[in-house]
Amino acid sequence: MKNNNQNVSLENLARRDFIIKGTLVGGGLMLGIGAIPDLAYAAGVQYDPNTPTKFGDDEVNAWVSITPDETVFIRIARSEMGQGTRTGLAQLVTEELECNWKKVKTQSATPGQSLTRKRVWGEHGTGGSRGIRISEDYVRRGAAAARIMLLEAAAKQWNVPVGELKVDKGVITHTATGRKTTYGKVAQLASTLTPPDPKSITLRNPREWKVAGQPYARIDTANKVNGTKVYGIDLQLPNMLCASVKACPVFGGKLVSYDEAKIKNMPGVKGVVKIDDSTLAVVADTWWHANTALNALPIVWDEGAGAKTSQPAIEKMLRAGLDEQGDFWQRKEGDAPAAINSANKKVEAIYYTPFRAHVTMEPMNATVKIVGNRAEAWVPTQNGEGSHAALSEATGIPLANCEVYKLDSGCGLGRRGSTQDFTTFAAKIAQQYPGVPVKAIWSREEDLTHDYYHPIAMAKMSAGLDNAGNLTGMHIKVSGQSINATLAPTAIKNGKDERQLQGLYEKGPDAQLGYTFPTLLTEYVMKNTHVPVGPWRGVNTNQNGIFMECFMDECAKAAGKDPVKFRQVLMQSHPKHLGVLNAAAKKANWDAPLPAGTYRGIAQFMGYASYSACVAEVSVKNNVVNISRLVFALDCGHVVNPYLTREQIEGSVAMALGAIFNPEITVENGRIKQQNLDTYPLLKLASTPRIETVLVPTYDFWGGVGEPTICVVGPAVANAISAAIGRPVRNFPLSREGLSLA
Amino acid sequence: MQLNVNGQIHNIDVEPNMPLLWAIRESLGLTGTKYGCGVAQCGACSVYLNGELVRSCSIPVSAVGTAKITTIEALSKDNSHPVQKAWIALDVPQCGYCQSGQVMAAAALLKRIPKPTDADIDSAMANVCRCGTYQKIRDGIHVASGQKKLAEVLAQYDATPATRG
Repeated sequence: MKNNNQNVSLENLARRDFIIKGTLVGGGLMLGIGAIPDLAYAAGVQYDPNTPTKFGDDEVNAWVSITPDETVFIRIARSEMGQGTRTGLAQLVTEELECNWKKVKTQSATPGQSLTRKRVWGEHGTGGSRGIRISEDYVRRGAAAARIMLLEAAAKQWNVPVGELKVDKGVITHTATGRKTTYGKVAQLASTLTPPDPKSITLRNPREWKVAGQPYARIDTANKVNGTKVYGIDLQLPNMLCASVKACPVFGGKLVSYDEAKIKNMPGVKGVVKIDDSTLAVVADTWWHANTALNALPIVWDEGAGAKTSQPAIEKMLRAGLDEQGDFWQRKEGDAPAAINSANKKVEAIYYTPFRAHVTMEPMNATVKIVGNRAEAWVPTQNGEGSHAALSEATGIPLANCEVYKLDSGCGLGRRGSTQDFTTFAAKIAQQYPGVPVKAIWSREEDLTHDYYHPIAMAKMSAGLDNAGNLTGMHIKVSGQSINATLAPTAIKNGKDERQLQGLYEKGPDAQLGYTFPTLLTEYVMKNTHVPVGPWRGVNTNQNGIFMECFMDECAKAAGKDPVKFRQVLMQSHPKHLGVLNAAAKKANWDAPLPAGTYRGIAQFMGYASYSACVAEVSVKNNVVNISRLVFALDCGHVVNPYLTREQIEGSVAMALGAIFNPEITVENGRIKQQNLDTYPLLKLASTPRIETVLVPTYDFWGGVGEPTICVVGPAVANAISAAIGRPVRNFPLSREGLSLA
Repeated sequence: MQLNVNGQIHNIDVEPNMPLLWAIRESLGLTGTKYGCGVAQCGACSVYLNGELVRSCSIPVSAVGTAKITTIEALSKDNSHPVQKAWIALDVPQCGYCQSGQVMAAAALLKRIPKPTDADIDSAMANVCRCGTYQKIRDGIHVASGQKKLAEVLAQYDATPATRG
């Protein structure tokens, strides 16, 4: 079949690897996009049926393939890790395509196919809450183009003007005669037609959506409740070996030597592989054997200079940064320090937020097989193309000879989005076992102690108030570690790094400060440690939201004003920030009296182009915090699936509460002190309050959902606690303030 | 060594100190039971040992003897257990990785206490979910135990069974 829409026909993709036995998918030899080749032979294991392998002559365009049985396969390039992007994108496609939702299945486009087809599906990276908001336009246009081609095909077949046709749920009707046909019947003809110019397509007005915008059920839930969904860690390939990896416990340290003889006779052990200067792996027939032998392997490390660093020194360095003067990254409006110094009343507070680990429930892992000059990787990743590049770089095999099969991740949280170390490591190990797939899995201990952590930060916040309690100046000085310094050093210009001030930016559209202060000075003093840091769901909005919003409450209190009213005055030029603040306050009956002993707190912030606000109601008894109510308001512009949007908010609240109440990650002698979930516990069900969400979309922008919904929870709860105990809380986690969560 | 898993006797050749989790996953190939922490903190590895909910990562296979092990794969043949039905109807799982354990824990709770209170749910549901699906887990147990109607729970999220697609 000719594929007019692409420069490369599908047949060119028909490598051996995509041909799998039909027995897996029910009949016939099939050409599979997103197929997991060797799985056809793996006893008892099926690949995720939500990423079906059936694909053949029925591609209308890159986004849509429709088979004669009316099944509509929608291609998804973004990764799924529970955030619901697969379902949301499928809803957007269905909306424009006018197909039957009940017949929709999805397929994962692979990075290798994307390379061959000149990135027809756009970027694959799934982080920064971009899964839908950055791709919605071209995805919807792709779907609409397919609809136009399908209708044209029917018109051609009947020899009638296309304007006389209408379509509903994949059934095409010729209005004049009542004749009917279906997408499945015209798909092959449609695929031979010239696609319309995407720019000529008028997309549906979101206010008139019928499928998108609805609280549809996820399309990939069923196999998550019976154990049959295959995650990367579950992969079973013929002749597969397993590896457990270990890096120097101290970041920056080096591997000196190891005594392989001591473990070579242990059950199942195949050998030890030095991955790089600071990392090795034990390879065995099973992961349990590999990890047991790894734990028994005598290793000599040169721990390096980092071993001299412990937590107090890091905190001292950050604290010193707050008092440093210099040429830092600055946002300057008027002379805030002068305004504050001459103010009737001066408010000042220093805040601390810690390192945090991701702890994706599925530990880091990747499987790689190298045969000759060809490499394949099976990876739970948020960045398929990043893993593709990592595979090529690690093996020296050209990108065109590499392929990555993305598996749905057991949580991503940002850990699987930037550094693709798991893929690199698995590739380096697999190089030593040509022809054999090697699955490398981090133990939980390795995963927790070799993360790219949420950056540690402190802030000194200063404000001035006039004698009427009006704010005259705001000085925000953040001292902390830079994510770019770890992951993208070239993004730092002359030691200045704006990224750490996410949420405090002057301009939108991504993370704009929601206040207009009469004078403002925002500064970032970069203080890097030897601990690697990276994006952690919500990234820098998390600490900046705490700094800004806890301090706003301190200012309101000093001014003798209601926290909502105090904010509203400063938010008049920021209607969307104000909109969610008001929506949360309204839903929570902000002005209504509370039972004795119960107190409210509020916070608003912006990130990932979306606006969030939260109201918490708490009581505090014997330093134990009970959250009795939690209200959340979100304006993400367009809501593609309100049910799943609410689920993201529910998850964000749990993530945020864990982050402000559970123990932090600390550094001792250069290494991470917390080794597993006994010393780094995560939030559990019993501590999670009921979450009431109000969605207030304004239908005029596309915002993210997964991440902007964390940063307001911590400050809202902290502000309620401060109101309850009569003193501000400034040190996070709140165990540093002697507080715990009921 | 013999293991009785999901009603079948399996002969496996493993070291006696191998945790039951890894025998289930790597010797029997039943990967629905997950590795999350290996130190009995997260519950992703939850299975039944003679009907009792246990964390298989911390039980050596030698301690199992003739006990009957049930894994998530055998909870029902067709997602028909009330917990599975409620979990699907409410879309409880997000990434889903911990949900084998959550479903096993919830089903064990309902067997012990058919109409659990919220306090019962708080104490029984001690498994970690990093996606934070806890509110939906509670809803799911309310529905699976018949204490709340599906429509009633969906209404809290501005949805009805009909608008779920």
